[in-house]
Amino acid sequence: MSKLYKFHGGIHPPENKLQSTQDPIARAPLPDKLIIPFRQHAGEMAKPLVEAGDYVLKGQLIGEPPVPFSSAIHAPTSGTITALETQQIAHASGLTALCATLVPDGEEKWVERQPIDYHNTTEEAVYSALRMAGVVGLGGATFPTDIKLHRGKHTIQTLILNAAECEPYITCDDMLMREHAEEIILGAEMLRHIIQADTVLIGIEDNKPEAAQAMRQAIQKLGFAFKVIVVPTIYPSGSAKQLIKLITGLEVPSGKLPGEIGVQCFNVATTYSAYRAIQHGEPLLSRIITITGNVQQPRNYEVLLGTPAQELISLGNALPDTNRYIMGGPMMGIPLPSTDVPLVKASNCIIAASDALLPAAPAALPCIRCTRCVEVCPAELQPQDLYWLTKAKDFDKAEQFSLFDCIECGACAYVCPSNIPLVDYYRFAKSEIRASGQERHAADRARDRHEFRELRIEREKQAKAEKLAARERAAKQKKAAAAEKPTNTAQQQIQGALTRAKQQIENVTPKNTEQLTVAQQAQISETETRREQAHELAQADATEQTKD
Amino acid sequence: MGNLFAPFINKAESVSQIMLKVLLALVPGIALYVWCYGPAILVSIAIASITALATEAIMLKLRNRPIAPTLQDNSALLTAWLLALSIPPLAPWWLVVVGTAFAIIIAKHLYGGLGNNLFNPAMVGYAVLIISFPVQMTQWLSPHGLGQTELGFVDQLAYIFTSALPDGIKIDALTMATPLDALKTHLHLDESVSKILDMPIYGHLAGQGSELVAIGFLLGGLYLIATRIISWHIPVAFLGTLFATAGIFYLVDPAHYVAPVFHWFSGAAMLGAFFILTDPVSSPTTNTGRLIFAAGAAIITYLIRVYGNYPDGMAFATLLMNICAPFIVLYTQPKVFGKKDKHS
Repeated sequence: MSKLYKFHGGIHPPENKLQSTQDPIARAPLPDKLIIPFRQHAGEMAKPLVEAGDYVLKGQLIGEPPVPFSSAIHAPTSGTITALETQQIAHASGLTALCATLVPDGEEKWVERQPIDYHNTTEEAVYSALRMAGVVGLGGATFPTDIKLHRGKHTIQTLILNAAECEPYITCDDMLMREHAEEIILGAEMLRHIIQADTVLIGIEDNKPEAAQAMRQAIQKLGFAFKVIVVPTIYPSGSAKQLIKLITGLEVPSGKLPGEIGVQCFNVATTYSAYRAIQHGEPLLSRIITITGNVQQPRNYEVLLGTPAQELISLGNALPDTNRYIMGGPMMGIPLPSTDVPLVKASNCIIAASDALLPAAPAALPCIRCTRCVEVCPAELQPQDLYWLTKAKDFDKAEQFSLFDCIECGACAYVCPSNIPLVDYYRFAKSEIRASGQERHAADRARDRHEFRELRIEREKQAKAEKLAARERAAKQKKAAAAEKPTNTAQQQIQGALTRAKQQIENVTPKNTEQLTVAQQAQISETETRREQAHELAQADATEQTKD
Repeated sequence: MGNLFAPFINKAESVSQIMLKVLLALVPGIALYVWCYGPAILVSIAIASITALATEAIMLKLRNRPIAPTLQDNSALLTAWLLALSIPPLAPWWLVVVGTAFAIIIAKHLYGGLGNNLFNPAMVGYAVLIISFPVQMTQWLSPHGLGQTELGFVDQLAYIFTSALPDGIKIDALTMATPLDALKTHLHLDESVSKILDMPIYGHLAGQGSELVAIGFLLGGLYLIATRIISWHIPVAFLGTLFATAGIFYLVDPAHYVAPVFHWFSGAAMLGAFFILTDPVSSPTTNTGRLIFAAGAAIITYLIRVYGNYPDGMAFATLLMNICAPFIVLYTQPKVFGKKDKHS
């Protein structure tokens, strides 16, 4: 038995997982139409390869990654693309995104699948295959898996399978492990082989004994030396950095990636999908999603990506007092803007919510600095100080107090006796800081351009004067019958100005918006849109109030 | 509709429940108080409570804040109870009103209300009273069985509200110097500690009666730690430092310095350690900060008790350390996850 370590803080919200684990995973019926967003992953949107009217096969590539930080999109079944247009997607702020509408023909006709023997091929070929199979992190971050497999200059000793699934209600990973443990283990061996790790540790919370047992049996049967490590049920043990601390005792340094300390972490569903992609040549076309909460039949379904949320909700049979839906868990999930939005790679759970099931927090009271938030913060921050600082918009100080180390897990808000929506303040402050960094960046560029323009005008004036002088000289020298070559000063000045401008930009690089990791960029766009929505809501609120 | 953004669930013990538990934790001490000194203290508590709620409501109204939810947070009641427990039980009604009103209006609301006060409101109220009304503030009742005479509840009520005593009884016959006070006075008369402690007002640990009340507060305080309403840092650091400081003096010169346990169970030490210094709003939020804060308060309390002009130093020690709290917090920031390396 390996030694277990501890991370600071954490909470024990009611688990609510039993409801959806009574029945095995079922396959959701083929819907009438699929809405497939071209961006279901962290990074750039995939470039569409189809047009309205095209017939596509199941598994056919319909969107390819235009840059390294992106992923591929496929047709989840065979049928006809009827439209290529922006549609509402599951996003906190009800954003729209480019989507393909696919009307299935019911034939489920596959493209030719090309399995790869990963033992007898190059790493590059595996990266490329995973990328073109659209395999991304299914724990919710949707980070392209191939990028995480690049070791770079680091040696990875430990591969961790994240099977903690610490958010209440969600059971998709639990059920996947119970039913597909062998394929997950084979996938883990594949990832271990590619990343050349020495050990494989599988972290499972102790509220999933069946899954842990299934995984142990699979390991034994397949004869690997992997270890299942049962960790205590404490939220947020499924957060990668916290799980790594829990299992290895190592702390990933602030602002760094786990690979830099020799650890890499993959979600079990991601591992399973990666295995299917390589071993069977199946791109990521479906995933397991939990429908639970205020429904009559909570259960896990294998759902084709692009299935409208309503289809899954109907399978669960939402109770009449259901008035909203949450995608993800109750701690970090997002409210669904509409039940028409498609389920995507990031969708792990839909919770039907009613006011009885998930009542609103009572009105916020002043912070009394009781520090219950400090006690539960897994990032070991001082949430109460961050609250006072962000509320006062003292963003510089908030950054000094490590605002950007906040993982937005919500534990602080969960225990706050004053019911302060603490995470909202942090999200707002982060997006404000990023926005101001970008603004400053833009302002700097504008100033540089202006200075350069002044310089250019000056230079042109000079050039003119020189030309004139040269002409005069030439006229004079004509007499002497000797002409001089024109100098190259204008060119040099342009070059000089350009270098100066470049240097200036580099010197005044604002914090936080430069050299962002890709994950941070994804987070930025998310917080930005959340902010927009908060703004819209505030406006809607204002208009409503004026109506009254 | 539920919360707009995650988290969508919360399991918070409300501010109101927390404050209620603190009030509850005061009950054993109050019960022993009544047992030793009669029911007059309950009248003080009642007057302070009514004043606190009334002034809180008025201030909220003036400040245009919602009244009902804030009154229900029990924080004004807690201030009232702590202040009432800090002043003599037979204090005239207006003294309680002035102290409480000052605590709520000036120390709490003029600083921005709950959560914003730099100073512990009850201790500000106490400080104002002891400076402005020193005579009334030293009329401590003799514990049961020790005084020349005792008043019934009706006579106590009459005195509190009209300052009238039954014929033939003078206030001096009802009151006496507190154990800390008597100790100081007699030490000034060059008497030795052992001789002073032979006086009938002293009991097993400290003063008769008052030591029992202190035990009541200690029990309540342990309940607060057990239920995680307060952390152990402040009480342990305060009592530990008080013990250590008093212990050093006692070891050097036991004839002139009283044993450390005496300091624990005298005056407001127990009330302060568990109920006053632990006020979350005016004390540091970091654990290291709490240790420094409480240790500082203990040293100041001891110095005022031994060398100062006031018999007890709890209130001034609290206020002096309150001033330092924000500064202490700034310099005791714990390391954040992933930033514990020497290099970062």
